Amino acid sequence: MNKKLQALMGAGAMALSVMTMSAAQAADTIKVGVLHSLSGTMAISETTLKDTVLMLVDDLNKNGGLLGKQVEAVVVDPASDWPLFAEKARELIEKDQVDVVFGCWTSVSRKSVLPVFEELNSMLFYPVQYEGEESSRNVFYTGAAPNQQAIPAVDYLMSEDGGGAERIVLLGTDYVYPRTTNKILRSYLNDKGIADADIMENYTPFGHSDWQSIVADVKAFASAGKKTAVVSTINGDANVPFYKELANQGIKAEDIPVVAFSVGEEELAGIDTAPLVGHLAAWNYFQSVEADANTAFIDKWHAFIGDDARVTNDPMEATYIGFNMWKQAVEQAGTTDVDAVRQAMYGQEVANLTGGTAVMNTNHHLSKPVLIGEVQDDGQFDVVWETDGTVVGDAWSDFLPESAKLTADWTYPWVCGNCEKPMY
Amino acid sequence: MRNELFSVLRRSPFSLKKVRGGFVRLGGAMACLMLVAFVLPNAAQAFSDEELRNIAERLDTKSSTQKITVIEEMAADGDPRVAPILKAMLEGDLFVRDSDEHVVIGRKKGKVYTHIDIVSGEEVGESSSKELSKIKVNNRLRGALRDALATLNLFSPDLNIRTNAVEQIMDARDPTMLPLLLRAIEREDDETLLARMELARATMALAAGENPAERLAAIDVLSSETTPQIRAVLSQFVASAEAEGIEPEVLAAAKDALNDVEGRLSTWQTVGDVYRGISLGSVLLLAAVGLAITFGVMGVINMAHGEMIMIGAYTTFVVQQILSSVLPSGSPWSLIIAVPAAFLVAGMIGVVIERCVIRFLYGRPLETLLATWGVSLVLQQATRTIFGATNQQVTAPDFMSGAIEFSTGLVLTYNRLWIILFSLIVVAGIACVLRYTAFGLQMRAVTQNRRMAGSVGIRTGYVDALTFGLGSGIAGIAGVALSQISNVSPNLGQTYIIDSFMVVVFGGVGNLWGTVLGAFSLGIVNKFLEPFAGAVLAKIFVLIALILFIQKRPKGLFALKGRAVEA
Repeated sequence: MNKKLQALMGAGAMALSVMTMSAAQAADTIKVGVLHSLSGTMAISETTLKDTVLMLVDDLNKNGGLLGKQVEAVVVDPASDWPLFAEKARELIEKDQVDVVFGCWTSVSRKSVLPVFEELNSMLFYPVQYEGEESSRNVFYTGAAPNQQAIPAVDYLMSEDGGGAERIVLLGTDYVYPRTTNKILRSYLNDKGIADADIMENYTPFGHSDWQSIVADVKAFASAGKKTAVVSTINGDANVPFYKELANQGIKAEDIPVVAFSVGEEELAGIDTAPLVGHLAAWNYFQSVEADANTAFIDKWHAFIGDDARVTNDPMEATYIGFNMWKQAVEQAGTTDVDAVRQAMYGQEVANLTGGTAVMNTNHHLSKPVLIGEVQDDGQFDVVWETDGTVVGDAWSDFLPESAKLTADWTYPWVCGNCEKPMY
Repeated sequence: MRNELFSVLRRSPFSLKKVRGGFVRLGGAMACLMLVAFVLPNAAQAFSDEELRNIAERLDTKSSTQKITVIEEMAADGDPRVAPILKAMLEGDLFVRDSDEHVVIGRKKGKVYTHIDIVSGEEVGESSSKELSKIKVNNRLRGALRDALATLNLFSPDLNIRTNAVEQIMDARDPTMLPLLLRAIEREDDETLLARMELARATMALAAGENPAERLAAIDVLSSETTPQIRAVLSQFVASAEAEGIEPEVLAAAKDALNDVEGRLSTWQTVGDVYRGISLGSVLLLAAVGLAITFGVMGVINMAHGEMIMIGAYTTFVVQQILSSVLPSGSPWSLIIAVPAAFLVAGMIGVVIERCVIRFLYGRPLETLLATWGVSLVLQQATRTIFGATNQQVTAPDFMSGAIEFSTGLVLTYNRLWIILFSLIVVAGIACVLRYTAFGLQMRAVTQNRRMAGSVGIRTGYVDALTFGLGSGIAGIAGVALSQISNVSPNLGQTYIIDSFMVVVFGGVGNLWGTVLGAFSLGIVNKFLEPFAGAVLAKIFVLIALILFIQKRPKGLFALKGRAVEA
């Protein structure tokens, strides 16, 4: 029954997929593929990124386009269906002949399109924080790697200002990102002298809505006399009921702080945050950061979307950085040819919205600052801690024995995403 | 059990002693706090105006450690003007005014902040947020502020504030508060609170006690209590005592006490599991009861059932939006109005779906499944187009936020309690409609034997449409309740559709009581499995158990007997 249902879901969703493709395509345009779910469970997060790319393209065209040509966005809807991501990616590259693709949110969707991009030698910009342990020649990762989000966040929790946590609860949704991140965190915490007995790990299905027992368990775990903190890699829809339950069970941030890696301004939009003040999130960007570039970006976003209440978030900044880097690389290379643009990408610099500069490294990850923000009663975050400078994204975590020895470097003499010694 | 819960519910709004409603109530406490400030003992103003201003200005520093030193200094002298300042800082309302570097309390009204002088408590101007820089607090500071406020509040004339202060002190377990606590114990005349204070004293005496006798006495006091805090105190003491070495009889006594407390706590844990199971069951019941009519009674495999729930939730959102200009946000009325509104909206959409799609497909389950699945996708995408893909916020009325918190660590959240009650009311309502109304009679007649019903003059098509509308409408009502605990997003329905089918199939198709029993037993089994199997495995186990059960009893818990017609 279940399998049949899934097949049905897939078929139905496909039938409904909305494809916006201009019928009469101008012959001389640069095409940008947008591969974000516009329906299904992930639509809640990914629709915003589709709009962000459209806004950036719009902006670029108003300023004269790229290489003297207009840029055209080709939007497809993979409908939160992982195999469909691969099909749609192939369609974008082979049929629509796009020069670059911006897309994917969940790691499983990225893993699903990876073989397609490698086979057809195309280019994907992936704008979401993820578990690392990957570096593909055809993907640029503009979101945070674990050492740009998880590790600094845990450091903060264990610091004096963060409350000096000695027991850690790792809550996550049951899929690859939380499991890998928590594996890295557990090994890191062990290094820092926190025993396995002081770490609680718990996984829940996607869209989990009944958090009563788990929150009660966390409370019980925290009552052992040591300062306890929660690290949450809960993803998507499950967050709202989770935070509602936290609030209702009266868990105060100063008693058991929760630091989340997948909760940003957008996710908080459906919750009354007054009872959640003080809970934390670790990102590379917060809407509340006061910087001229940020104000300009927010104004532009509000004007584009036509709604002043819409928030901005970290994956939007990652999309912004990725798009501008690609633009600069194309200008520098003078062509949209994938191999030429890839070479031009290394060392490319784009100003962050929050100040400072993001730099693309040869492992296809960015150097970015890490910020930790506290939830405020207006649904925004207030930065309470940030790294001194930028942190270099690490594709292979140093805290897992099997990945510590791997290096990702796509320039000579390494030219490899997961090697122990250079290729040449 | 049910009766117990009801009695708890009835008492709940008034049993303030047990209520620590958390943040939601903080605002209300504000007024009391102001009052407290003027009646504190030793109310001689310890600071001159100038001193107070100066010391408060020292809060404007980046270092949390320095801020904490200042906070402790401010609280130490028991100046009545300090509490409102700390309170404001705790709530993030304390600012430094850019124009003259004065520390002021800022009260937000729309986009404008009213400045309140910290010394006189009077309004001294207003500005936008741009001219104020906030004195930042983090979790460490919040803890320190709460502790400081607790020491100030220990002598409050209001019993509730004193009780909260004692609880805070007990959580803090800071031996330096002991002298203050002893002074408070001397003044206290409320028996219950005095007992709590003695307990708080014992937690401190355990760590700071000078001789074995004092410690044994403290352990004795502690061992009679059953709370997670006491377990924490004891286990911490045992751990440190084992490391540092201590009189063996004290250690033994502490270990015994710890075992006792843990034993009693685990009993409460079980009670908690049962409650959470019932609560999950009530949610399942609400989600499934509409389906029990459309699927159970009519035999339509209605894949769009979840979307009817979603429509109910969105109706709640719309009703709240419309009423928000008239009603304050915590008002219960918008939710109460949303119930009939959701019933009508979802019910009408149900009737339309039945007339336009389903009536052509009676007796063809596969086609119905496909068609309703299509309808559900259309409804989802339509919602996404109209309201956007992001979550909508449905505010919880005051009576649904917070919880009854027992000292044993058992927490009964109000929203869950109301939902349990609400689900039972809904089921009772449907049972009455089916049993006592003419429509219910016709409905049962049509579903049991369509041709016979038609022969005695019942307009079967009309009854079909209304029955489907009733099922959909009830799903809409469920949406009102679920909007309180779940996401109001286009995907809301998908979360519940599989569970709903599971409940109806398990309970027995066509039987309302089967659905009730099925929902609660699935809920409780799930919650008992969850702690050791994890949420993912628990779900799988329940599904496997269900499949095995269906093998044994294909018609569920309660099979319809007699001449009920299958096709």
